[in-house]
Amino acid sequence: MKLKTVELKPFEDEPFRFIDGDGHPVGKIDLDLKDEQLVALYRLMLVTRRVDERAELLRRQNKVMFYASCAGQEACHVGSAYATGPNDWLYPSHREQGVFITRGQPLTEIFAHFMSKATDPAMGRQMSGHLGSTKLNLVFLSSPVSTQISQAFGTAYAQKYRKEKAATLCYFGEGGTSENDFLAGLNFAAVFHTPNVFFCTNNQFAISVPREFQSKTSTYSIKAKAYGFDGYRVDGNDVLAVYYSVKTAMDRARNGGGPTLIEAVTYRYAPHSSADDTSAYRPPGELEEWKEKRDPIKRMRLFLIGEAGLLSEKSDKELLDEVYRSVELAEQEADRVPFPPLGTFLDDVYAEPQPWILQEEKQEIENLYEADYEKEMKERLGGP
Amino acid sequence: MMGQILALPTRQGKEPKDRKIAFKECITEALYLEMKNDDRVIVFGEDVGIKGGVFLVTAGLQKEFGVERCFDTPLNESGILGAAFGMAVAGLRPVAEIQFADFIWPGMDQIRSEISMLRYRSGGNMSCPLVMRMPWGGGVYGGLYHSQSPEAIFAHTPGLKVVVPSTPYDAKGLLISSIRDPDPVIFYEPKRLYFMKVPYEAVPEGDYTVPIGDAKIVREGKDATLFAYGTQVHHCIEVANAFEKEGVSLEIVELRTVWPFDKDAVLNSAKKTGRVVCITEAPAICSIASEISALIAERAIEFMQAPIQRVTGYYTPYPYWADRYYWPTPKRITAAVRDALAY
Repeated sequence: MKLKTVELKPFEDEPFRFIDGDGHPVGKIDLDLKDEQLVALYRLMLVTRRVDERAELLRRQNKVMFYASCAGQEACHVGSAYATGPNDWLYPSHREQGVFITRGQPLTEIFAHFMSKATDPAMGRQMSGHLGSTKLNLVFLSSPVSTQISQAFGTAYAQKYRKEKAATLCYFGEGGTSENDFLAGLNFAAVFHTPNVFFCTNNQFAISVPREFQSKTSTYSIKAKAYGFDGYRVDGNDVLAVYYSVKTAMDRARNGGGPTLIEAVTYRYAPHSSADDTSAYRPPGELEEWKEKRDPIKRMRLFLIGEAGLLSEKSDKELLDEVYRSVELAEQEADRVPFPPLGTFLDDVYAEPQPWILQEEKQEIENLYEADYEKEMKERLGGP
Repeated sequence: MMGQILALPTRQGKEPKDRKIAFKECITEALYLEMKNDDRVIVFGEDVGIKGGVFLVTAGLQKEFGVERCFDTPLNESGILGAAFGMAVAGLRPVAEIQFADFIWPGMDQIRSEISMLRYRSGGNMSCPLVMRMPWGGGVYGGLYHSQSPEAIFAHTPGLKVVVPSTPYDAKGLLISSIRDPDPVIFYEPKRLYFMKVPYEAVPEGDYTVPIGDAKIVREGKDATLFAYGTQVHHCIEVANAFEKEGVSLEIVELRTVWPFDKDAVLNSAKKTGRVVCITEAPAICSIASEISALIAERAIEFMQAPIQRVTGYYTPYPYWADRYYWPTPKRITAAVRDALAY
């Protein structure tokens, strides 16, 4: 059967996809990816899910105090981040673990962040998931929703001002499109024609509020029309479709074509966080439907083993074992790292030298609590 | 318009020591010099480009440096401040204007949750050096929304610096320092002083800095200390002049940097005179005047000869018709000084 080329078109209701839930192409896939890159995308999703599973376990062991799982959304993270280059900037939102992994943040650093160790780039000052990296142009994120959207405009403005062939990729959820900075960021990006790509992860829920109560528009991608640029709706569980749409948008931005909005339709398997219970709001059967019929990893596995012929059952199992080992090693390494010294929690409010009050308080906290803190940290590290 | 262009150094033919220049024009000069010397400096906000600002403080800059470096934004304070954050993270030195200090509130999340916290939350790995300049304070019949002094809220936000000059010389030097500072700075421009014709003072043509964190002893004295900043410094000078005729010598300590304020200058003067009056235009509760009072009470109580006085704006939104009765007047400051002296 001859397959038609699938085309990415703006403002369609039906999400753009290359592969359906069973791993079969829906049309002719026009992608500039080598075989090893296709497998790499799959592997990165495996790593993301495994890291997520381990983090959930660490949360139950109280080695991580708080955790927001990203299970189910791996294709959104991996497909999008894979389309970025070293000079691009990224503004991740929370629940974006796969973005950090795909960008190349060492797993030991990610686990150190979850466990608040001294090698955490955030120095233990933030809840888990609030990561960043100067080397990888990943802006350290905050908890307020959508503040990053107008910031992403600012960074893209800097890129345009310096005539860089680069773009800024900004993430937020469908709930985030209701916040004030969604308007600000998209409007400014449109007016100044900056190299922005706005990636809306529509995982159907903002904590408990379903998408029908978040907005009355038929899609989220349509919202770009109000600001004067194109929006695309893609299947967020098809890693190839996510990659293709983000690559198209990033290239457009880098070449002076201005901003784009992408809505990636996906589903959040877990509760909002370790502090949430979905039984009050998740419709029965919905989760199972998504897991069975539309899981991003399962879909890619079926595609790679079946249609693409790049993996066998055996090599797939070997790949999974390798991923498990890598993740385990990183976790163990981070586990051995000590916690940040207590006094460091009074650092970095300002550039050095800090104002007099902080100098006084640092002295005070060390005098008062040093022994208590050392005792507690020793207990937490455990073992000889 | 011509007045502002004339203020630019390229048009000045006078010797530095003869240059007397108005407060507002000093700010224009500071922006001009920093933009000229550092192409990372970008000036933007509502109406700052084509028009040159509603007070014409940025007049001439777009023409001189181009629309990429001095531009008008859509009407959105959160967008302006978020943009500043994003530019600074990527290595530029943004100078964002908020049209009035009173309009900062839509952008408060960007200031409090983002700009003030980035360095800390990133373990010191990222920072956002930027300046947020805005017209500030009362005395212009501006009413509720064109007269506010919200500095206490920002002093209460770890990670920010808050600066309020009161003279042309300090305005230029402090703005240059603010632009060069590695931390985010809120730079308040007392709008009452924009219009003041006096005092002019000699302002060097080139760039120079006034250190952030240094108070200024405007006048030395021994009988009592007046702590103030912004427009109120000029009320203090008026009051001190009047008391001089009675043989009373008042010391005036101008904070200049509201946060981090000069703790040593404050305590040294408090201990020296033993009678203090803390002045602010903002309402009394949780004001900067309260903070100075608390610090003196905490660390210099044994030196106090009288209760610590506060003279502040009344605890209301800023009224339009009662403008000249609302803020600390020389009359009210005088009464507070007399109370302190008589104790």
